[in-house]
Amino acid sequence: MARVLINIPRQIRAGETFAIRTLIQHGMESGYRPDGAGGVLARDIITSFTASFEGEEVFGLELSPAVAANPFITFSMRVQGSGTLRLRWRGDGGFDQSEVRQIIVT
Amino acid sequence: MTPRRLILASPALLLLPPPQPARASAEAMAAALRAFTGGAAVTHGRVTLDISPLVENGNTVPLSVIMPSPMTQAEHVRAIAIFNERNPQPHVVSARFSPHSGQAMLATNIRLATSQTIVAVAALSDGSFWSDSAQVIVTLAACLEG
Repeated sequence: MARVLINIPRQIRAGETFAIRTLIQHGMESGYRPDGAGGVLARDIITSFTASFEGEEVFGLELSPAVAANPFITFSMRVQGSGTLRLRWRGDGGFDQSEVRQIIVT
Repeated sequence: MTPRRLILASPALLLLPPPQPARASAEAMAAALRAFTGGAAVTHGRVTLDISPLVENGNTVPLSVIMPSPMTQAEHVRAIAIFNERNPQPHVVSARFSPHSGQAMLATNIRLATSQTIVAVAALSDGSFWSDSAQVIVTLAACLEG
């Protein structure tokens, strides 16, 4: 399991747009670096990120090797009430990690 | 060629460009952009790409894109894609938005292999496309050193 940091604002009001910042620990091996033996290191990156609230997609991102190591992704969302936010990262080599957070409207 | 001739010719050899690793080009970027828009016209404006014009370390370059939009079911930004000119691949990221996004905003850190132009293209729900571009100078390149 890769380490994940997720920042959600403390106070969320219904109908108001807020930002969610995420960071996941991942080397994002680009597939272009030489391995010292005449070849290149195989690509190993996160290729997709999705955020869904109550089962409905809010934001999705397709990543390429041009994304820096430890992908940092900030996106925004707007909710009418409290619910469950699921964040999912998928990538090369069957990488698949999900994190679930509660969004609580104050 | 006599040895003397070879010596005389050697400065010309030095002028030959050194072999370059595979790079995307302006044409590759244009092709990737066409694949995203489906050949539709792209107008400059409305979307704002924020990236530092002078980057010391190409391994981690903060980038953000924002496009003002009411983000309603009838009128919202469907997607924003970022392209580059001179990395090994022209595609950087592409984001999908929904009315639940509240606003069309994205921030991330990217890699830049060299000084180049970055382009952001936004696709609206009404079928129009808007773009912004930025010139970036990179002093330490990413990707290619061991």
